[in-house]
Amino acid sequence: MAETSFDIIVVGGGPGGYVAAIRAAQLGLKTAVVEREHMGGICLNWGCIPTKALLRTSEIYGLIKRADAFGLSVKEVAYDAKKVVERSRKVANQLSNGVKGLMRKNKITVFDGTAKLAGTDGGQRKLAVAMNDKSNVTLTAKNVILATGARARQLPGLESDGKLVWTYKEAMVPPEFPKSLLVIGSGAIGIEFASFYRTMGAEVTVAEVLDRILPVEDEEVSAFAKRQFEKQGMKILTSATVGNLKKADDKVTVTISAGGKSQETTVDRVISAVGIVGNVEGIGLEGTKVKIDKTHIVIDEWGFTGEPGVYAIGDVAGPPWLAHKAMHEGVLVVEKIAGVKGVHPMNTANIPGCTYCQPQVASIGLTEAAAKAKGLQVKVGKFPFIGNGKAIALGEPEGFVKTVFDAKTGELLGAHMIGAEVTELIQGYSVAKTLETTEAELMATVFPHPTLSEMMHEAVLAAYGRTLHI
Amino acid sequence: MSINILMPALSPTMTEGKLAKWHVKTGDDVKSGQVICEIETDKATMEVEAVDEGKIGQIVVPEGAEGVKVNAVIAILLEEGESALPAGAAPAPTSAPKSAPATAAPAPATPAAAPAPAMPAASAPPPKPAAAPSGGRIFASPLAKRIAAERGLDLSRIKGTGPNGRIVKADVEHAVPAAAPAPAPAARPAPAPAAPQSVFAAPGDKRVPHTSIRKVIARRMLESKQTVPHFYLTVELEIDALLAARQAVNTVAEKKGTKVSVNDMMIKACAKALRDHPECNASWTEDEMIQYGAVDISVAVATDRGLITPIVRSADLKGLGQIASEMKDLAARAKTGKLKLEEFQGGGFTISNLGMFGINSFAAIINPPQAMILAVGVGEERPVVRKGQVVVRNTMSCTLAVDHRVVDGAMGAQYLQTLRAYVEQPASMLL
Repeated sequence: MAETSFDIIVVGGGPGGYVAAIRAAQLGLKTAVVEREHMGGICLNWGCIPTKALLRTSEIYGLIKRADAFGLSVKEVAYDAKKVVERSRKVANQLSNGVKGLMRKNKITVFDGTAKLAGTDGGQRKLAVAMNDKSNVTLTAKNVILATGARARQLPGLESDGKLVWTYKEAMVPPEFPKSLLVIGSGAIGIEFASFYRTMGAEVTVAEVLDRILPVEDEEVSAFAKRQFEKQGMKILTSATVGNLKKADDKVTVTISAGGKSQETTVDRVISAVGIVGNVEGIGLEGTKVKIDKTHIVIDEWGFTGEPGVYAIGDVAGPPWLAHKAMHEGVLVVEKIAGVKGVHPMNTANIPGCTYCQPQVASIGLTEAAAKAKGLQVKVGKFPFIGNGKAIALGEPEGFVKTVFDAKTGELLGAHMIGAEVTELIQGYSVAKTLETTEAELMATVFPHPTLSEMMHEAVLAAYGRTLHI
Repeated sequence: MSINILMPALSPTMTEGKLAKWHVKTGDDVKSGQVICEIETDKATMEVEAVDEGKIGQIVVPEGAEGVKVNAVIAILLEEGESALPAGAAPAPTSAPKSAPATAAPAPATPAAAPAPAMPAASAPPPKPAAAPSGGRIFASPLAKRIAAERGLDLSRIKGTGPNGRIVKADVEHAVPAAAPAPAPAARPAPAPAAPQSVFAAPGDKRVPHTSIRKVIARRMLESKQTVPHFYLTVELEIDALLAARQAVNTVAEKKGTKVSVNDMMIKACAKALRDHPECNASWTEDEMIQYGAVDISVAVATDRGLITPIVRSADLKGLGQIASEMKDLAARAKTGKLKLEEFQGGGFTISNLGMFGINSFAAIINPPQAMILAVGVGEERPVVRKGQVVVRNTMSCTLAVDHRVVDGAMGAQYLQTLRAYVEQPASMLL
């Protein structure tokens, strides 16, 4: 009989859960993870990672199609949808196996099953686990961390059917690529698929209920992204609602209302990417002090739910729904439980966000509008890719870097970037924000030439009227 | 594991200090609580006690070094069983004592590790230690430093909650300029006066290095005069009744070994009046007024080393005998530099009395962040007019300097009215 008593049990083996488990093991706590499907969770298996593999394909495909601009002649370029998807799955599997290896290395016990809070026993939390092999076990631990994640939100009348109406999951493993596609929702997930399929040649329409795409980003980024996508041939409808869905054998017809007009559109496939809901059902929250707000578990700054010994992290504990937020929460909650000194609650203003469409989008902190709404006086700097030598050399002259500073203190309030490789650049501003640098330190930092990162310097200089290269 | 002994922040305004004297030397065993050195801070010489037990492995900052930054490593303590510093262990960030004699500069812990390039010994300046000690710095984020500077907050008084105690924005934002002497919160940093390089020393002139206390007096008085809008109110107080009361009190007090002075009675009277006017027992800060709950009276005491202001705490609640004996003790220890921190740190009001030098009246400079200071002149017989007759009365001239940001003219005048009532009818102080 395997061990059933632990110091910490993490429910859910996604990025938040497995990282929490590793940190707990590092701190000498006896740790277990209960995972119902696959280690690595959505992120590794059905989210961040496999989509990056797909988007790498579309990026290369897009580059080859304009090979001539780089002096290369490529006679013919074609894709094999099956192979594209296979590669993406291989990448996901490799990493999922990697996580299993990490569990073994850290002597973390993994239970393949579905866990449910089942009361307490002498100060110990009890978890009833329905194992995937149909057996049942009861586990006990002083502390339980709920990291059950989230799933795609379903709009009434637009529910996914796995065939014609997809969620991210089906969109990731299509048997073949659709020729025409409607993406409902223009957050990170929707836009990444829209960008992938557009680059692979599909006719893509994006319908966003709000008045701009990528609504969490800075308004200028949204506007710039819209122009770029439209240049690529994407059709973008904002303030748009979708209804009256009619399915044929291999086609879907919907009515899209936007700008006071309604139009019928027929597409091969629909991707519904209208947000996510937390996985709060079936985990035994009933009768506990755990509170739920709009499908998410309510926690304090230490991930505590209010129910003794029960913590929550990651997507199930609310926005931002980002793997790196979940990982960070996992570490801080475990350290807090273990009594590590100097643990700090998470500062959500310092969590960067990345969207891997073409052009890429990355940002951190407050948008210009949000900063002004807070009543702050701001200094805003902007620098375009066209002014950067490396961007020109790469053949990527489209995009910009924008900074928002507090005019009074020089605090970097936010940074917003769109263009090639910005998802790899944003961490520079993350470090800056975490260290609480002001414009002075950023100006005094030497950025290597020629790199795209020079634009990060220039955008700071620009906020103070000192930009050098435009 | 060796333990770094750090330069303590003994006073709120202290960012650096002088290592006046070592009581131990390398190789000595020390016990927790044992005095290991003396540090000359802003206003006093403080004894530093060992917190941990062990053997002094290395004296990093030599005796006499000035400008030793708070938190700089001043010595390294070896724990039991350790016989020497582990190879390669350099003293963690220390300050470079500004005026330490070059020969006594901290030696690098591993001199062999970084051989100094050969230099002509005669003409070259003394080579710097290879592991040039740098720092003794206060760890604060750039943003925290900037906000602190803008608000006139002293980082050395703020507890950091960031990684490894680093001071971050939130710490500075939550810091309220406290009752303890802080730089005037509203103050913009005073422009640094140009260094008087051209002052020519004629034969016979001598250059006297500033003591820590001199520097603090200079800085704080300059800051006060430049940033605090002073106005002055003068009254002539009749003190015949006060003198009579003093005599009566002292016939009893002397039997108990104390003697109440006019100044002691002024402390009591000023404190009682402040209790009646809480709006005067206050400090200006950028965001709000801080009204103090306790009435703590600072009393200016002249010493050989300079001015210092020990405090009679809750003077409104204390009897004259207690005030007199406390004041005697405080003044004596002020003169020998043995005041404890808390004995001169804080206070809501200052009394400065130059009556013993025959000064009729004078205007004093406010001791920030306090809002008022009373300058007391000599009490002597003077002709006054009473009911159309010139009569002789003992009178004493008092000038109140007031921070107009805190207290307006009429408020200050009312305070003096109340003070006059206590002084001229001393029995009311018993109420």
